[in-house]
Amino acid sequence: MNLALRDIRYHRGRFILTSIGLGLLLGVVISMGGIYRGLFADALAVLDSTKADIWVVQQNTNGPFAESSRIPEDIKYRIKLVPGVAEASPLSFQTIQIEKMGKPFRFFLIGYDTNGFGGPPEIVAGRNIRQKHYEMVVAKAMKMDIGEKIHLGLHDYTVVGITGKVVSSGGDPAAYVSLADAQDIQFKKDNDAIRNDRERIGTNLAAIQSISPSQAKYLKQNIAGITESTHTVNTIVARLAPGANLHEVQELISRWNHFRPISVEEQTKILTKGMIEKARMQLGLFRIILLVISAVIIALIIYTSTLDKIRVIATLKLIGSQNRVIIGMILQQSLLMGFIAYFIGYGLILLTYENFPRRIVLEAFDLQVLFVIVIAICTISSFVGIRKALKVEPAEALGG
Amino acid sequence: MDKAMYAIEVENLTKIYGKGDSAVTALADASIQVKPGELVAILGPSGSGKTTLLTCIGLINEPTHGKVVIDGTTVADGGWHGGIDLKRMRREKLGFIFQAHNLIPFLTARENVMVALEINNFSRNEAKARAAELLVSLNLGHRLNNYPSALSGGEAQRVAIARALANKPKVILADEPTAALDTENGRNVMILLKKLAMENHSAILVVTHDHRMVEGFDRIFHVSDGRIDTEKYNSES
Repeated sequence: MNLALRDIRYHRGRFILTSIGLGLLLGVVISMGGIYRGLFADALAVLDSTKADIWVVQQNTNGPFAESSRIPEDIKYRIKLVPGVAEASPLSFQTIQIEKMGKPFRFFLIGYDTNGFGGPPEIVAGRNIRQKHYEMVVAKAMKMDIGEKIHLGLHDYTVVGITGKVVSSGGDPAAYVSLADAQDIQFKKDNDAIRNDRERIGTNLAAIQSISPSQAKYLKQNIAGITESTHTVNTIVARLAPGANLHEVQELISRWNHFRPISVEEQTKILTKGMIEKARMQLGLFRIILLVISAVIIALIIYTSTLDKIRVIATLKLIGSQNRVIIGMILQQSLLMGFIAYFIGYGLILLTYENFPRRIVLEAFDLQVLFVIVIAICTISSFVGIRKALKVEPAEALGG
Repeated sequence: MDKAMYAIEVENLTKIYGKGDSAVTALADASIQVKPGELVAILGPSGSGKTTLLTCIGLINEPTHGKVVIDGTTVADGGWHGGIDLKRMRREKLGFIFQAHNLIPFLTARENVMVALEINNFSRNEAKARAAELLVSLNLGHRLNNYPSALSGGEAQRVAIARALANKPKVILADEPTAALDTENGRNVMILLKKLAMENHSAILVVTHDHRMVEGFDRIFHVSDGRIDTEKYNSES
């Protein structure tokens, strides 16, 4: 006869409530693990979806994600000519926060060359950008419909397609526009600012006595052309030709002034070790604390439950019950509680994780490790109850 | 192996609690013998040492001096006898009935009896059948699947008796079995014990402080201040 199951059957209300409580706690532990993995997935989402081998950024920076990086767009032509490079494409990134329906609406805007690569990794609804201007593909998480318009910079942009889960390293959903649009949104000044700049340049040039008015007019046009140019990008991404040596290509680009070629491995390190390290450690610490709390709670529950059964245990001992019967009763209850609580927590997170504001990535390995930890905690925690039970004297069954 | 003449033999049993100045002699030089099928009462006021005697015979309390023999097996001789498996002895030779019925609250009446059988290696089906048979014989056939909380005091005590009898023990030890019952139920329990002693040929040793309950007992021992003062036969009481 299984005494553990009989006790649970009799006290099922208490057992179920306790398991649900513990399950919620384990659900939080599982979600923490999922957020921990989600941080990695988010941090590497753009890096992975771009499928580039080298990220060329401004010299002495860890751009374009960890630091600001600005390089001329036309450097892409030089990079394409480097031996070993198969293709190169410019990308622009910026985080935008606007008001939508009275609420802050934040997203990560990626500008890409529609003839190059680095655009949306997949289109789950609608189509990709076809026109050079004013079209947009947004991540599903932005919850926008096809045909919906959004005002950015000086223009309205129409959503033409929906892509999957692409987010910035900060977890903001991504939106894609053509590179020209992204450059306009990021760098183009409004008409008043352009007029002001031109007037200021004109006034400054007129004050220079050594140049003639016609020279001043010529210079003014050229200077304005330079200052109003938007042909700046944050990075040029390159893919290598089959068989090309990554280090050799990096070495060649490194020789030029003003640029730094970062490999995917280095970029991954910058993103994971630098940008999300503290958040990762914080989450890891929370997980450990929550597991310790779970262990203490399980131990307390088992201990209290053992105290409730002192007379039962004494009676069992008095009628000659073997220790294994008593140990089995306590251990099985503890394990069953951990087992049920784990699956309550897992089920809860499985049903809700897509509604979490941050990405939750549930990996089978993490779940298996947590299961083993929970079972180990239950086993160890039950020792507290078992120790108490083994100390119970049969004589305690006597008396009123 | 020859059948033992006595189910219980106690010779010069002494139990001292504590050491030195704080030592308390709970039982001194107690000697009793109980034959199989005999119903014996140990009467005495609170603190007289009767429960100590019961716990020493029940292999719960280690005697300081003296000898205890259960069904021909020496279990104590100036401390526990070497190599004796106390749990096994309790499981196989002894049955216990308590002041409060001490039924396991999360087991039904039948399961409470079955647990005593299963720890004695009865198969589940055998245990189930024997438990039902015992409970039916104690007029509890309609209560097989009831939990102790749904039983009256008398019914619960009868289930406890069924559990004590389950393994057909040679010795049944009862500690104030009627203390939690009203007079009528208490008397019924004692009548039942008498009947069972005769039927099962078990020696039944009942500790009680209630003189009214020992009617019909074969022998009565009076204990006071840790000593067995007098032994009466039923015809004398």
